[in-house]
Amino acid sequence: MYDTNYHRASSIDEAVNIMAAAAEGKYLSGGMTLIPTMKQRLAAPSDLVDLRHIAEMKGIAVDGRSVRIGAASTHEEVATSAALAAVCPAICRLAAHIGDPHVRHMGTIGGSIANNDPAADYPAAMLALDAVIVTDRREISAGDFFTGLFETALEDGEIITAVRFEAPARAAYQKFPNPASRYAMTGVFVVRRDDGGVRVAVTGAGSDGVFRHPGLEAALAANWSPDAVANVMVDATDLLSDLHASAAYRANLVKVMTKRAVAAA
Amino acid sequence: MAKITMTVNGRQVSGLCDDRTLLVHFIRENLGLTGTHVGCDTTQCGACVVDMDGQSVKSCSILAVQAAGSSITTIEGLSANGELHPVQAAFKAHHGLQCGFCTPGMVMTAVDMIRRHGSNLDEATVRAELEGNICRCTGYHNIVQAILAAAAEMGGARHAAE
Repeated sequence: MYDTNYHRASSIDEAVNIMAAAAEGKYLSGGMTLIPTMKQRLAAPSDLVDLRHIAEMKGIAVDGRSVRIGAASTHEEVATSAALAAVCPAICRLAAHIGDPHVRHMGTIGGSIANNDPAADYPAAMLALDAVIVTDRREISAGDFFTGLFETALEDGEIITAVRFEAPARAAYQKFPNPASRYAMTGVFVVRRDDGGVRVAVTGAGSDGVFRHPGLEAALAANWSPDAVANVMVDATDLLSDLHASAAYRANLVKVMTKRAVAAA
Repeated sequence: MAKITMTVNGRQVSGLCDDRTLLVHFIRENLGLTGTHVGCDTTQCGACVVDMDGQSVKSCSILAVQAAGSSITTIEGLSANGELHPVQAAFKAHHGLQCGFCTPGMVMTAVDMIRRHGSNLDEATVRAELEGNICRCTGYHNIVQAILAAAAEMGGARHAAE
């Protein structure tokens, strides 16, 4: 690891100010991606601004169907929140299958979303749930937030402080993990609203990151059943192709994971 | 350079280290507690697992400065009064190790697993939760048996105490 300067912020304002003064700073949340990346010398921030001790970024609040998850909430906290499980168990189950127990004790929802790894699980949930990403300066809808591979709408120095969404009538997430890395080779989050509206978001498969699939959404809005997926065409053109799976294989996984998710929702 | 203070195995310790020093290196090199191992360079093997403020973490993927002010338990802190911790005793009784390199991380992981699941722990859960710990000797079978036996014994002990 290259040399770096560590700062521990106790408030969002303090974190923003430290970052503004840093040459090439990075925010550090759980660090479950950033520290391993720095160990490999693939990242070399001049300064790290630790967000783990900022009280205003913690906590999960559920008011009726309205959910607010503080950005510094760990995957373990999301996975085991009884309040969240009562209105949206799908996001608890998603969090319970990120990484391994030790990673879940450190990694946070805000960190995962800010990193926007194309195989990460949370971006699919945010997009399917039509979540609002709350930052220190504005609110961004998930549809506008994820802009490409590891790219987001965040500006320099902007901090995700929380995410908000309305719990849907039904939701589920299913992923096909890579047998070695356990990252999603394809993961699908399905949501059905009380008014019958359906959103289907896919992670791990898109060559430009997480995406919605209008064909699957239309088919499931007309008929909320695993069988409705059978005749939907999933185009492999813009899907990832690598040593783990071809684009055609991933296109099929999109359908299979969607079927399983609808069956589980 | 940072001067940091934390509690390790119940003792307050201080030391000087670079900001980039990993917690595992601080534990091994500054404190001389070499039971916590480094088995990979990629955050995958789990040989470095310690308890930080009541939860298992990979000490190879946390900076020592991040852990400043926290309370750490390493494998050296488990046994008390010369008696093995029940999880350590179960690994011994069930031959849950061969070369022993991964064992400190396996034992710390098992302690955390039992903390969260108690005697409700079943084999499928144990196997799923060992995802972040790699053993290249045993094929995991005896590790799983040891963890289940320890969970049963510790759960039973807890019931007896209630």
